[in-house]
Amino acid sequence: MNALIRTESLVKRFGDVTALDGVTLEIHPGECVGLLGPNGAGKTTLLTLVEGLRTPTSGTVALFGGDPRDAASRVRLGTTPQTTALPEALKVREVLDLVGAHYPRPADVSRIVDEFGLDELLGKQCGALSGGQQRRVAVALAFVGDPDLVLLDEPTTGLDVDARRRLWDAVRARNAAGCAVVMTSHHLEEIEQLAQRVVVIDEGVVRADDTLAAIVSGVARRRVTLAGLDAAQVESLAPDAAVTIDPDTGTVTAVLADSDAFVRRLVASDLPFSGLAVRGATLEEAFLTLTKGAV
Amino acid sequence: MSALALTVVHTKYNLLETARVPIAVIGSLAFPTLAFCLFVLPQRTVVENPEYATAAVASMVVFAFMSASLFSIGLDLSEQRAKPWAPYLRTLPGAAGARIAGLMASTLIVAAVAMVPLLVIGGLFTAAAPEPLDLLAAIGFVIVTAVPSALIGVIIGTTCGPKAAIAVTQVAMFLLAFGGGLFLPPLLFPDWLDLVSKFLPVRQAREIVVGAALGTGAPAWALLGILAWTVVLGVLAVWLYRRDEGRRYR
Repeated sequence: MNALIRTESLVKRFGDVTALDGVTLEIHPGECVGLLGPNGAGKTTLLTLVEGLRTPTSGTVALFGGDPRDAASRVRLGTTPQTTALPEALKVREVLDLVGAHYPRPADVSRIVDEFGLDELLGKQCGALSGGQQRRVAVALAFVGDPDLVLLDEPTTGLDVDARRRLWDAVRARNAAGCAVVMTSHHLEEIEQLAQRVVVIDEGVVRADDTLAAIVSGVARRRVTLAGLDAAQVESLAPDAAVTIDPDTGTVTAVLADSDAFVRRLVASDLPFSGLAVRGATLEEAFLTLTKGAV
Repeated sequence: MSALALTVVHTKYNLLETARVPIAVIGSLAFPTLAFCLFVLPQRTVVENPEYATAAVASMVVFAFMSASLFSIGLDLSEQRAKPWAPYLRTLPGAAGARIAGLMASTLIVAAVAMVPLLVIGGLFTAAAPEPLDLLAAIGFVIVTAVPSALIGVIIGTTCGPKAAIAVTQVAMFLLAFGGGLFLPPLLFPDWLDLVSKFLPVRQAREIVVGAALGTGAPAWALLGILAWTVVLGVLAVWLYRRDEGRRYR
């Protein structure tokens, strides 16, 4: 009964585009949930409904048991701006102060500064920060109000490996201290680093909602390309694969779970293939097999 | 934190941002004084008559507040709405109106500063000599009666994108300033225009401020009118702000 977020058959349409098509979901205290899905899947729309920025077309969304459009429901919520858009003329210290002023019991600023490594940035105007530094400040802002739940939309987009690690460490520390985290990403790696539970969203519906391990094995796919065979021959060797054929070059592409087994069968079959290439499938490609009902 | 305290915080940071990019306010600071020097000072009949001169200075101060309200608030707000920072602020708890109230307050403070050179020039180079108490009352009223203009700015800012906001604001400002008797004194209006003008909030603001400066008091229609405008525009602004879901593209 104490879900932080509860949505029930949530639908959001923009004109004739359906961004969310009946999402029912619960987020519980202390969880770290990854919302995984390709671009345009509806992840950000879901967050804007939970933040109270938009109203649902139908269905309900409750935040801490209340209406997210009501400011009182958002007292224990922390969010972060989607792209780096901090007020350029204000200094980092001032932005932390401005955001903190909205909360009845804000966190100790020195702790936030420490965890997110903002010390040397405090006196700088936001416009003078690098993209990575702005990103760090933006994510830190989500924790300024000492929230019980934060929503992070693509938290590490555009960061280099080092900066990404540091940010993950800081978010992990807050999660360990009891703050529930919901993060969107279309990078499986990012979700793997932080989340214990993964919700896969595509075309506005929840495709899967399971533990990290279950989802990772479900969406980990290999992409095999080869020439010299037709699609039916490939499908007979790999019944679970999503197979496409390029009509110009005759190249067959198969996205499948176990490429090793496929290659063994392919070689054993003695079919006249050529130009075999195997690489990890992107999440988008993996989703094609998900929508095919392969999970 | 109470809504009032939060409004003060927003006012403070708005002023701080403005002060760090001062070129943005030079227009609102210098424009009314320049307009006064170019259009009013050359007219000897106005400058040498204490009553006309006082009315002219008062009109120009009303104009300064109106243009600052329309331009700063309307354009700032529409620009903010086009950026992701404004929707982020809307996800924070705390009174929803505090940000808008802070923007209105900081704009009125800048306009009050812009009034100073205008009053100095009016005092030195014209025959205007209001009683000190009347002057204080007029200054108080000019700030209060600028609220409808500020609300029009909020409405333009929440309904228009940045480019549309510039066009709409310019048209609104010209119509309100002319119709409100700020460019030409209403004395010169034909009867029908005078009647229409009396329904405009800016004309009502002008009558109240001029009446206070001259010590003649304000007509009841102006007081009632501006009160009605403030309520209607206030309700409309709040309603628009609540239903606003950020800038949408088609």
